Formats: sequence, structure tokens, C-alpha cells
Amino acid sequence: MRTSSHLVYLIALPLFSSALLLLLGRIADKWGHLLATLVSASAFGVGVSEFIAMHSHTGANRAATQKLFEWISVGNLKVDASLLLDQLSICFVLLITGVGTLIHIYSIAYMDHDKDRRRFFAYLNFFIAAMLLLVLGDSYLNLYVGWEGVGLASYLLIGFWNHNPTYAVAAKKAFIANRIGDVGLSLAIMICFTQFGAVSFSGVKAGASHASPAALTAIGAMLLLAAAGKSAQFPLQSWLGDAMAGPTPVSALIHAATMVTAGVYLITRSNFIFDASSTARLLVVTVGVITLLFGAIVGTAKDDIKKALAASTMSQIGYMILATGLGPVGYAFAIMHLLTHGFFKAGMFLGAGSVMHGMDDEINMRKYGGLAKLMPITAVTFGLGYLAILGVPPFAGFYSKDKIIETAFNQGGGKGIILGGAALLGAGITAFYMTRVVVLTFAGAKRWKDGSHPHESSVLMWGPMVVLAIGSVASGFLLSAGGALVNWLQPVVNASHAEGGKELMNPLVVSILALGIVALGASYAIVKYRSVPEVAPENVSIFTEIARKDLYQDIFNDAVLVKPGTALTAGLVATDHHVIDGAVRLVGWVIGEVSDVLRKIQNGYVRTYALAMFVGVFIGALILWVVTA
Amino acid sequence: MDISNYLYLSVMLFTIGALGVLIRRNAIVIFMCIELMLNASNLALVTFSRIHGNLDGQVASFFTMVVAACEVVVGLAIIVTIYRSRRSASVDDASLLKN
Repeated sequence: MRTSSHLVYLIALPLFSSALLLLLGRIADKWGHLLATLVSASAFGVGVSEFIAMHSHTGANRAATQKLFEWISVGNLKVDASLLLDQLSICFVLLITGVGTLIHIYSIAYMDHDKDRRRFFAYLNFFIAAMLLLVLGDSYLNLYVGWEGVGLASYLLIGFWNHNPTYAVAAKKAFIANRIGDVGLSLAIMICFTQFGAVSFSGVKAGASHASPAALTAIGAMLLLAAAGKSAQFPLQSWLGDAMAGPTPVSALIHAATMVTAGVYLITRSNFIFDASSTARLLVVTVGVITLLFGAIVGTAKDDIKKALAASTMSQIGYMILATGLGPVGYAFAIMHLLTHGFFKAGMFLGAGSVMHGMDDEINMRKYGGLAKLMPITAVTFGLGYLAILGVPPFAGFYSKDKIIETAFNQGGGKGIILGGAALLGAGITAFYMTRVVVLTFAGAKRWKDGSHPHESSVLMWGPMVVLAIGSVASGFLLSAGGALVNWLQPVVNASHAEGGKELMNPLVVSILALGIVALGASYAIVKYRSVPEVAPENVSIFTEIARKDLYQDIFNDAVLVKPGTALTAGLVATDHHVIDGAVRLVGWVIGEVSDVLRKIQNGYVRTYALAMFVGVFIGALILWVVTA
Repeated sequence: MDISNYLYLSVMLFTIGALGVLIRRNAIVIFMCIELMLNASNLALVTFSRIHGNLDGQVASFFTMVVAACEVVVGLAIIVTIYRSRRSASVDDASLLKN
């Protein structure tokens, strides 16, 4: 393991820029966005140079560390603030800074009319810094700092237009759902410390090899809870749809490409825990499968283009989580899908932003239609992302998603059939709802009012979209050519001992099955949405109704958690008001009443006081005399 | 003459002073009564000094005189000020704290 002195710049640059922009205030309004973009690009530059440096080393020396300072040193607990750049982190560093820079560029144009653009860019830079800390920390505690940092950035950016109460509530909802996950992470760290006396990845890895299965399962379950919170997985998934309240570049960067994938990173990073506990793995695949179907079903019923894409994100991360639960061989596929998803979903979100920009911030897809002619670049880039998410060869999703489905089938037995079947079904539903989005937005007759003038966005906006579209096309092939990513990640996820897992399904059969079901879903959507009513139909089947209500997740949360929670809080407030405050007020009242009586003694006449003194002295002297005599 | 007679005198003077403080209303008279009590205690101190055959009591009585002198300065100043503002030296009139 070599040391590198440049890692800190990855985090320090955006952090410094963010602080500068926030502290300078309006002075920086003119050039704040340029500085932020420049800083993000230089972080990408540092990332690329580190990537090249990694290639010039081999074996264990590929990974680099940098100790910043001794952070905590209490008794047995010694934690350094150190950074670790290994084969896994660098994938994230390049994704975060690369896609991050593109989205910075896009935001320059997208946020052009917003008077708080500088603040927006400060938050974006802060997010980049926190996310890099998350993936570069070499211990769970360092990761935790970044984990909280991205949560804060997400909160600030979802509520960026917090003068709108709905958006402010959405931000709060996201933050609280994330906090529940964070509790899981902190519990996992505590269990690690009590079990292994260490919180660094290497320390926990060393301890995990001879830890009790119960402890490993507990840690795994807590880490999964953390991942579920951050990555919007069942049962903490409800915040992601509302998180679309944030500006679209935020949805693309934080709530599609990077932050929401932190859960996948966490599980992949903790592979030594999950490899050792099959119960934890079972939990992971269960959560993954439920969420991938859940998100896909919700996605079919959304008329809000961003919410449809958010449901899709939820579902795609479900695929990744599913892959991480499939054992060592799945990690690389999870990361591969994460990277390709980073390209095509960010690209599609930017496309959605471009459409909204051209349509006066209209988000209802039923009011779009026929935009392909007027926004050709947006339509083409979105279309490429669409083909990628469907898994049409040779686009990116074909390489990553089919691998996950195939690995799921290869689990064997009933488990393999269930997981693989669910993943396959998810792919079909994905094809349906994504086709629906494309058809509603870009095809068919125009349904917008005559007042709006849809137009192609400026080059600052379509430039990043084109780059991401190229990524959507090529990344899958590049990452999987010759098992590039699998071999690259092998030292981290230790996949070797799982190689040669039984190949129960021929990859070709899986691909044909997947393509068949995708074609089915897509053509059903095309047929169904040949004509689109401008208002969502009222008399729909019970299933559509359920899907529109997000499978009753909000109603369930409201009834089971929010209402009792509110009642409990109200009870506590009442207790505080009447019992605790009451006791204090009672004491005050008693003293007041007694004082009222005693006050009469103080009549203001000097001679009364003098008499009291004399009597007092006399009594004192009398006592003295009696005692001494 | 029996030396304890000085003590009886002292007690009588002190009692007169104390009663004066309690009964009289004129601030000047009360003030004089306080001086009377101080002097009664001075007399007692000197007498005890004589009885015990050392100078402790006499020294203490000097302290008392010095303190009394200071007290006169401050006390008279307060009384004069009160009189100027209220045109009265009655201590019962100066009972603002009651309300």
C-alpha cells in the first residue's frame, strides 16, 4: 500500500470553494458558478491523475492511502482521519467528479435565472466534497462523516426553493428518512467497535474472519438499514419521489447518479461482512428485489416526469442492491450497473430538465407530446439513455443489467428462480414505464398550450447531455470488455473464491428472455399510449390506483409511524407542559403565597426593624446564657 | 466604691438608648440614642478592662469611638439630606420600602 499526498485535494478543493462562496455572499454572485465548476473540474483532473498513477503500480501498491491527522485517540479506540483510494473508490471518484462537473456546467445555464445561483453552486461543491469523503474514508467513522455530509447537502438542495412549503416539507422528509438509516450505520459502527475494537475497514475485515455469525448478521442488517435510508430502498424508500422538489441538476447528480448509490458502495465496501453471513445476504436480496419491483410499479403510474424517473432510480438501485446480495461475484456487477446507471439516468434527468426548461417548468408529461421535432438533441440523448436503461444491446444497460439477472438465476434452486424471475419481470416493467415516458414526452401529438414555446436548450445544457449519452452508449461495453471492471475490482471484493459458480442459465438465454420481455413491455406501452388524455383518467383499475398512490407507502407510513409519532410528541409536550412545568409553577406559586403573608411583616418602619433586632439579640443572649450556664 | 456600679450605670444608659431608638420618631433623637448606647458599651468595656487588669477593653473602646465618629459623619449627612428633601426628620415618614 503506497501513500499519496494528493488525495486530500480531492476533498479540500470543493470544500474550500464551497466555504468561500458561502462566506463571500453576494460579492461572489458574478463568478461563483465559474469557480465552482472550475473546482469540480480540477477535482476530476486530480481523480484522473490518481487513476493513471494507479495504473503505473501493480498488486497491493495500486491502492493509496493518505493520513491526514490523528482524529480520535481514546483508550482502545484509535481513529485516524485517513483517506484510502483503492480500485473501488476510484470508480466512485471518477463518477462523482466526472458527472459532477458535467452537471455543474449544465447548471450554469439551468440556474441562470435564479438569483441564488451562487448558493446553489456552493451546495453542489459541498456535496462533491462530502461524497468524496464518503468514498475515500478508510474507516466506517470517516465514511460516516461523509455520509452525514451528503445527507445535509441533499437536504439543502431538495429544499433549495424552500420558500415553497411543499419543497421544504420534502426536504425534511428526505432528511428524516435518511436519519433513520443513519441510526443503522452508527449502530453498525458501535457493534464493530465492541466486537472487533476497530472501525477501520482493514480492522473490521481482520476481525470479521473470526467473529460470531450473530454479530456479523447484526452488523450486516444495520448496514443494510443504512443503505436503505440513503439509497431509498424498501422500507425507507418514500423520500426519493418527494426529493424531486429540488432543482433538476440536483436530481440528476444526487438523487440519481451518486448519493443514492452510496448504499451500494457501503455494502460493496463491507463485502467481508456480507460474505460471512448468509442471513445478511438474504436480507439484502430481499430488500433489493422488493424495491426493484416496487419502484418499477410506482414508475408506471407517475405523470410527473421527474417522479417517474425517480421511481426508476429506486428500481435500478434495487437491481444494484440485489446484485450486492448475490455473493462475491455480484459486487462487480452492482458497481458496473451503478456506473452505467450513473451515465444514463443522469443523462435522462438532464434531458427532463431540458424539457422542463423549454416548457416553462411544466412537469406533467400529459401536457408534453411531440417534442422530438422541437428538441432534437434532447430527444436523441434521452432516447440513447432510454435504450441503455432498457438493456438493448449494445447499450450500457445490456451489459450491466443482464449480468445481474443472470447472476440472480445462477443462485440456483427456488431462490434463483424467484430472484431471477423478479429481476426479469422488473426489466419488463421498466421497459413499459420508460417507453411510456418517452412516448408521452417526445412522440404523439402536441398537448401543450399555445402559450408555451418549446425550444432546444443552450449548448451549456445539451453539451453535458451529449457526453452522458455517449457514456450511456459506450460505458457498458468498455467496462465489461474482457471483464475489465470485474478484474479491476477483484482485489477489493475478493471475488476469486466465488468464480466458477455454476452457470445454470446460458447468458444467451437470459439475454433473449430479457429482450423478449422488454420488447413486450415496450410495445404494450406504445399501443396503450397511442392517444393520451391531457388529464389522468379517473376510472382506472384498482392496480393503477394503488400504483398512483405509491403502493400506499405514504399512507402506511403516515398511519403507522407519523400519526402515532405525532400523538406521542403531543403527549410529551402536554406532559412537559402540565407535569414538569406544573411542578415548577407549583413551587413558584407556593413561594409567592408564603411571601404574600410574610410581606406584611415588612411595614417599612425603622423602629419595627430595630425592635426585631433587639428582641433577636435578647433571645440570642438568653440562649447563650442558658447554654453556657 | 464597688466597681460593679459602673456596670449598672452602663446597663441603664444602654437601656435608655435602646428605648429611645424604639420609641422616638425624630431621626436626630434616635441618632443621639444610638450614640448613648455606644457610649454605654464603651463604659462597660472600660470597666471590664479595669476588672481584668488589662488594656483590651480600653483599646476596643477606642475603636468604638472611631467608628462612632465616622458614623456621625455619614448618619448626619443622611439625616440632613432626608430633611432637605422631605422637610421632616421623622423616621416614620421615610417608609417608602413598605410599598
